[in-house]
Amino acid sequence: MVDLSVKIGSLTLKNPVMTASGTFGYGEEFADFIDLSRLGGIIVKGTTLNPRQGNPYPRMAETPSGMLNAVGLQNKGVEYFASNIYPRIKDLDTRVIVNVSGASIDDYVGVCERLQGLDKVAAIEVNISCPNVKQGGMSFGTTCDGCESVVSAVRKAWDRTMIVKLTPNVTDITEIARAAEAAGADAVSLTNTFLGMAIDVERQRPCLSTITGGLSGACIRPIAVRMVWQVANAVKVPVVGLGGIMNGRDAVEFMLAGATAVQIGTANFIDPQVTVKAVEYIEDYMKRHGITSCAELTGAMKV
Amino acid sequence: MDFIVKANLKRGDNYSLLKLAPVKGNMPQVKPGQFVQVEVPNSKSTYLRRPISINYADSHELWLLVRRAGAGTASLCNAPESSVLSVVLPLGNGFTTDVKGTALLIGGGVGTAPLLMLGSRLAAHGVDVHFLLGARSMGDLLQLDLFRQTAEVHVATEDGSLGHKGLVTTHPVLRNENITHIACCGPMPMMKAVAAIARERGINCEVSLENMMACGLGACLCCVEDTKDEGNVCVCTEGPVFNINRLKW
Repeated sequence: MVDLSVKIGSLTLKNPVMTASGTFGYGEEFADFIDLSRLGGIIVKGTTLNPRQGNPYPRMAETPSGMLNAVGLQNKGVEYFASNIYPRIKDLDTRVIVNVSGASIDDYVGVCERLQGLDKVAAIEVNISCPNVKQGGMSFGTTCDGCESVVSAVRKAWDRTMIVKLTPNVTDITEIARAAEAAGADAVSLTNTFLGMAIDVERQRPCLSTITGGLSGACIRPIAVRMVWQVANAVKVPVVGLGGIMNGRDAVEFMLAGATAVQIGTANFIDPQVTVKAVEYIEDYMKRHGITSCAELTGAMKV
Repeated sequence: MDFIVKANLKRGDNYSLLKLAPVKGNMPQVKPGQFVQVEVPNSKSTYLRRPISINYADSHELWLLVRRAGAGTASLCNAPESSVLSVVLPLGNGFTTDVKGTALLIGGGVGTAPLLMLGSRLAAHGVDVHFLLGARSMGDLLQLDLFRQTAEVHVATEDGSLGHKGLVTTHPVLRNENITHIACCGPMPMMKAVAAIARERGINCEVSLENMMACGLGACLCCVEDTKDEGNVCVCTEGPVFNINRLKW
């Protein structure tokens, strides 16, 4: 028997595989393909205080082993989530985690205050790393002061588990991770997308309406693995690893680098069943290697 | 769902008609205008699935008409017979089939593909169906024999090699006063021009959009179209077929 459960702060997940925000909707979109109760957690679409239309089309460009997106946090706002979506997903037999975004600190706090009344929201993931919005978003995640100010304000408004999602678009991600930890984060997740750009050379125009966007997919994985390894060595709180995980093998790679749990994002677009297959892979991997609990896998890389 | 390639029939230089069958079990029910997401086999330069409209489907067969547009579709066009493709289906809403009177189904290029199934469905329900099929040249008009078996076919080619010379929007059949419904699938400028005519004449009109997609499931929010009632909505789940009254163009 292997124990797949993992702990993120005070929160226990039945296994280390979660879905990355913005790639899995609210879970319902994938209910025809997988048994959602087999997931460690679902991190729902980035939620803001007020509804957002997001950026104009085109918002996506395929790139070598990846894609750029510039969705811009399109969502119907926290009130719509609380009254219309939450009732439909609250009884799923998995952890529901809400990704929280904002243009100002008050926005983040406002979203958390509304979520506080929703018992089945097991945790929040504070998004200080969205590259596709003009205000807020990544700007809070690129300086230690910005990170500290958001995280400490949210900490006062939210008493359940708080994961802080970090941007890789910084000189030294370990500094930001330490700032998040010092301000009260229960865990950090990394990485969000890498700022990138693509040009349609025949038309001589940018592929995205916003010119730049966030790069995700298998192409970013080695950089994300390196950052997870660096951060896991820099902070005491658990690290949630993501960035280009395409299968169970890749998930194990992140855990060996120091991740306590993982998120699968863009790969859901290519194989809607990838998350459940990854859970099965991890279980089999642990059996093959005589590992009995996921905690033994975290940071187990031998050097 | 895994499908086996039963036949890969080249159609001109740029098109392949893939006839697929489920490896296991039966095909799900499919509505005309719905689409599939196909994994691209053995491609080094592509990453995402390719959305392809359903050309024909029954309980044991699925036809996809694929135009060689880039590396992904080229790889699909070369899928060998007996190879296996991973297909997510059926996706999207499909065309309205609750139509009365005379329907004109207008297709341009590979956009004609979903109209074949729609036409046969409408004809079976007693609708007076006319196809108006446009292409650059005669060689780009696909499946003409099947369209002709289904309903009356009108043709427009830009070079005049077959039928009316010019764009579909200049074809005389558009002046038929009995038309009560238009369904259109093709290049964006064509659909916009058809929508303008339909609006002017007060004819109910649906168009099938092909905005670039990643997931096809309504999760990534990449393929959005701006609508009058709800702003940006996913083409993959709210469409790909839209009544023109919902669109801002």
